[in-house]
Amino acid sequence: MSELTLPAWAALPAAVLLLCAGFLTLVGSIGLLRMPSFYSRMHPVTMGTTLGAGCALIASMLVASALAGRPVIHELLITFCILITAPVSAMTLMRAAIHRGGRAGARAPVPQSQER
Amino acid sequence: MNSLFGVAAAFASICFIIAMLLALVRLFLGPSAQDRVLAFDTFYINGMLTLLMLGVRTGSGVYFDVALLIALFGFIGTTALAKFLLRGEVIGP
Repeated sequence: MSELTLPAWAALPAAVLLLCAGFLTLVGSIGLLRMPSFYSRMHPVTMGTTLGAGCALIASMLVASALAGRPVIHELLITFCILITAPVSAMTLMRAAIHRGGRAGARAPVPQSQER
Repeated sequence: MNSLFGVAAAFASICFIIAMLLALVRLFLGPSAQDRVLAFDTFYINGMLTLLMLGVRTGSGVYFDVALLIALFGFIGTTALAKFLLRGEVIGP
């Protein structure tokens, strides 16, 4: 693990991107654990899985390019896959939650004036 | 400079693993089925990122293929579970 010799132009942005990715993903999962209802649990998870994964994939692309000495962009495959599939799965899950809302225990958000 | 990068990669790996553990807790105690599906979605994406970090830290290209397959099949699994929750069947008429 320590025999990698990265040039500074790749190591510094990759380190910053990895720090951002770890922080965002951890915040997303803490939000998943602590938010009160399903509809509010969707938000932090989406942030963690798109922004955090994007930062980690760009950092991985930088490191692979610096190690190979040429542009290596095959991490873009995972990036496009996640970017295309994350909204689809989020929309399908949300429709399922609305469909099952009555018997699932997770209430739909009601306006402030009607809340008891 | 390389020590800074190593520390950042180790921090990212630890963060992803803690995120996996938190998603696992939500997976086990989620009150409804869609909570569990959402936790499973978070879980496999964090596992994919952990494998990717392993590939970055070792400089090996093997882990990339595993991460790509996990991303593809995890999406299929999440969508199939959500469709099942939506209609009671995965592939409808």
